[in-house]
Amino acid sequence: MKLKTAMLAGTALLLAAPAAQAQDMADSMTLVSWGGAYQASQVNAYTTPYQEMHPEVEVIWDESSPEAVAGMRAQSEAGNVTWDLVDVEAADAIRLCDEGLAMELDHDEVLAPGDDGSSATDDFGDMIVSDCFVPQIVFSTTFGYRADQVPEGVEPPTGACDVFDLETYPGQRALNRQPIANMEWALLCDGVAYEDVYDVLETEEGIERAFAMLDTIKDETIWWSASAEPIQLLADGEVFMASAYNGRLFSAIVEQDQPIGMAWDWQMFDIDGWVVPADLPEDRLARVMDFLYFATDTQRLADQAAYISYGPARASSAPLVGTHAELGIEMAPHMPTDPNNAENTFVNNYLWWADYRDDLDARFQAWLAQ
Amino acid sequence: MSDTSATGPDAVSGPTPDTALRAADGPMLAADGTPLKRSLNRALRAQKMRALLLIAPLLIFILVTFVAPIADMLFRSVENQIVSETLPRTVVALEEEWDDHTVPPNETVYAAMAYDLVEAAERRQHTRLGSRLNYETTGISSLFRRSGRGIDDVGESYAESFIALDPAWEEPATWTALMASETWREEAAVAEANGDDLPRFETAEGIEAFLPETASAYAGFANTIIEEDGDSPEAEEPWNPVYLALYRDLTANPERIDEYRGPESDLLRAAAEAAQGFESVPVIDQFEEIDDGWLDPEVWGTIAAFSGRYTAGYYLAAADLQLTPEGVERQPPDQRIYLLLFKRTLIMSLTITGMCILLGYPVAFLLANLPLRTSNLLMILVLLPFWTSLLVRTSAWKVLLQQEGVINDILVWIGVVADGDRLQLINNQLGTIIAMTHILLPFMILPLYSVMKTVPPSYVRAARSLGATDWTAFWRVYFPQSVPGIGAGSILVFILAIGYYITPELVGGRTGTFISNRIAYHISDSLNWGLGAALGAILLGAVLVLYWTYDRIVGIDNVKLG
Repeated sequence: MKLKTAMLAGTALLLAAPAAQAQDMADSMTLVSWGGAYQASQVNAYTTPYQEMHPEVEVIWDESSPEAVAGMRAQSEAGNVTWDLVDVEAADAIRLCDEGLAMELDHDEVLAPGDDGSSATDDFGDMIVSDCFVPQIVFSTTFGYRADQVPEGVEPPTGACDVFDLETYPGQRALNRQPIANMEWALLCDGVAYEDVYDVLETEEGIERAFAMLDTIKDETIWWSASAEPIQLLADGEVFMASAYNGRLFSAIVEQDQPIGMAWDWQMFDIDGWVVPADLPEDRLARVMDFLYFATDTQRLADQAAYISYGPARASSAPLVGTHAELGIEMAPHMPTDPNNAENTFVNNYLWWADYRDDLDARFQAWLAQ
Repeated sequence: MSDTSATGPDAVSGPTPDTALRAADGPMLAADGTPLKRSLNRALRAQKMRALLLIAPLLIFILVTFVAPIADMLFRSVENQIVSETLPRTVVALEEEWDDHTVPPNETVYAAMAYDLVEAAERRQHTRLGSRLNYETTGISSLFRRSGRGIDDVGESYAESFIALDPAWEEPATWTALMASETWREEAAVAEANGDDLPRFETAEGIEAFLPETASAYAGFANTIIEEDGDSPEAEEPWNPVYLALYRDLTANPERIDEYRGPESDLLRAAAEAAQGFESVPVIDQFEEIDDGWLDPEVWGTIAAFSGRYTAGYYLAAADLQLTPEGVERQPPDQRIYLLLFKRTLIMSLTITGMCILLGYPVAFLLANLPLRTSNLLMILVLLPFWTSLLVRTSAWKVLLQQEGVINDILVWIGVVADGDRLQLINNQLGTIIAMTHILLPFMILPLYSVMKTVPPSYVRAARSLGATDWTAFWRVYFPQSVPGIGAGSILVFILAIGYYITPELVGGRTGTFISNRIAYHISDSLNWGLGAALGAILLGAVLVLYWTYDRIVGIDNVKLG
């Protein structure tokens, strides 16, 4: 009798154990992203396969990444964090980390090693710009132009500096309504050497020099704030050249067949990735870490490139990048990291901008308004 | 009732309220004998309570979702506790020790900064403070971020010297014996045995008199590791800056240590003696090694200027002013933006209101005076756009107004403008005014219409029959009666326009954006909520002032919604 009781108890324990383990991980998670084609690529590459492995998990998408910084602060102040994993740009990740709103991570511990055996830190390399940040993709802000409006007998534009050449390429331009990238382009195209750009921009003369360069096209420029705007302006023929995210240009050219060409020279690299909000409850944190480990491994990052023309942030993912999932075209030539496109590039200096953003943004907006 | 000269009640015998009143000096009584005042009050109170209960859901809703956020916003625009909370010792030391603001402060201030900063870095608050101060002086953000990593090196050489002198200084137990109060150690032992969280650290009585800086720095260390990591000070060696504090205390006043009678007194006396011979490394040099930004008096000036718990700094920034060591100054001309935007917002909102009156009045007049069938059709035309999404309408204007848009195409087609010289109708002030006038027009037409509906047609007919011309009848008789509608419509349109955000953002270009676009930027991008709140508060104040002026000139009683 006693033996039977003991056995029953043992069975009960055995049965209870997996249940307890399942309880340790939440059954749903809220992911925050940018919507559109980008979020669709994340669904295809990350969450759909994850849910096939874990059918009990419900994934809720929230398209709030444009307001992620404010949203995370508001949730943290209200003491009610509803997001589990948030997709942000690197600059925002630094800000969130500084504010203590995002959780600091030990990358080697929480992320998968590369499939070539390298540690996560080595595999991501410089992309890890903040202790809170798990990089996913490299994208670039680059230029598109109306191929049908290039003046006769003139080579089509090749890069950022052609924006400032109103003589060869007349017509309106569209640029992002913020100092980041525009100030650097202005200096680069005014003859400042690449490695000196940020040093020059720290000086009063440097700032004035950049504004003077931008002044030459100020009246010919439409300043956009939403990333869909420059594509629309190009498609409508409103502008001849526009700075835009390379993935959006890709889908306008390849998927929608618009007469737009790409001018890659001096494209500005930027990184997008995940942050985990600080102070998540344990069960949700466990779930999110489990997902994060899966969704940022070598294969998953390479899979994402089949849906959108952004480069995977892991070095080990690059050889696995294949063809577009629907159109079947090779994706590599459309990646900002492709050697043909990446002759002259520059990387947004996030830490520099974390210091100078408030100041330069005020000056930039004052310059725009005057 | 109170008219005592009445004659009637005299004829009545028995207690009436009136006789009761006159009977006396006593209070007026109700029929049941309680004082009338009280029973009236009770009845009224019950009624008021019932009324209050009826409106309670709405009242609570408004308090929670409207009044509280506005109060919170107003508070944020002056709140500045982060500096004094994160750097309490530094703020005090700067106040007391730093006089000449053109040179960096003295050792005491740097030491205080070391104790504060190491604690803040462990609590991961230093970067937050850095972002806050970076709003005021560019560069502080990275100064604090970089220093968070290096700050634990400050005092390292002293730590090594003390430990070389006597390894007991490495023992956490030495430190708790010296620093912790009896009660704390007892409570900590109980908590440890029960597996509970440790209590808040308390310093031993009297130790502050002998080792003031060390007591403060150690208490900061102990509480930080208890609260952040759940570690016990009885198991952790203190941070290096605590040894810096010990060195400073022992060298500042070695004789006083002789009077110390508490635990570990021999150890302390020996250390006091030996400390004189330690190699002295100025704290300022140790800070320079972390980042030479710490030698910049401007950094210290910023910390000192924003050390108060409340600040006018956000309001100054919102008015294109700045707080400098020489007092309040205007921003350099190339950084002034907010006053320009406030002015632009006001002028454009007034223009839009004026346009709405001009365009809305005839429409409302037609609506009110046409036969029902036609006016109903017209009403639908007015309401249809009102029911359409704001974004859709704004985007529609983009399609119409842009240079390759419908209007320009038509103008080119009929030959009014040349193809190469298309009109710039959008991405400027004109675009904002056109789109917002259209979007806000229903808010003008509807109040106007409901007021005009109440104007009896007989008045105009009477004027005409008395010989007035059409114009005189309209201008002298009809128009004055419709003015309250204009007032209501104008207030609605103006107040909506002044806070408009999405339309100026999309069609305003660089000259047609409003102050609300900057507020949005500070709330969602720069996270400078204080400045955003100050801008919002000024906007709120401006609206209230305008409303008050309007009330004085036109009179708010003259506003009618129907």
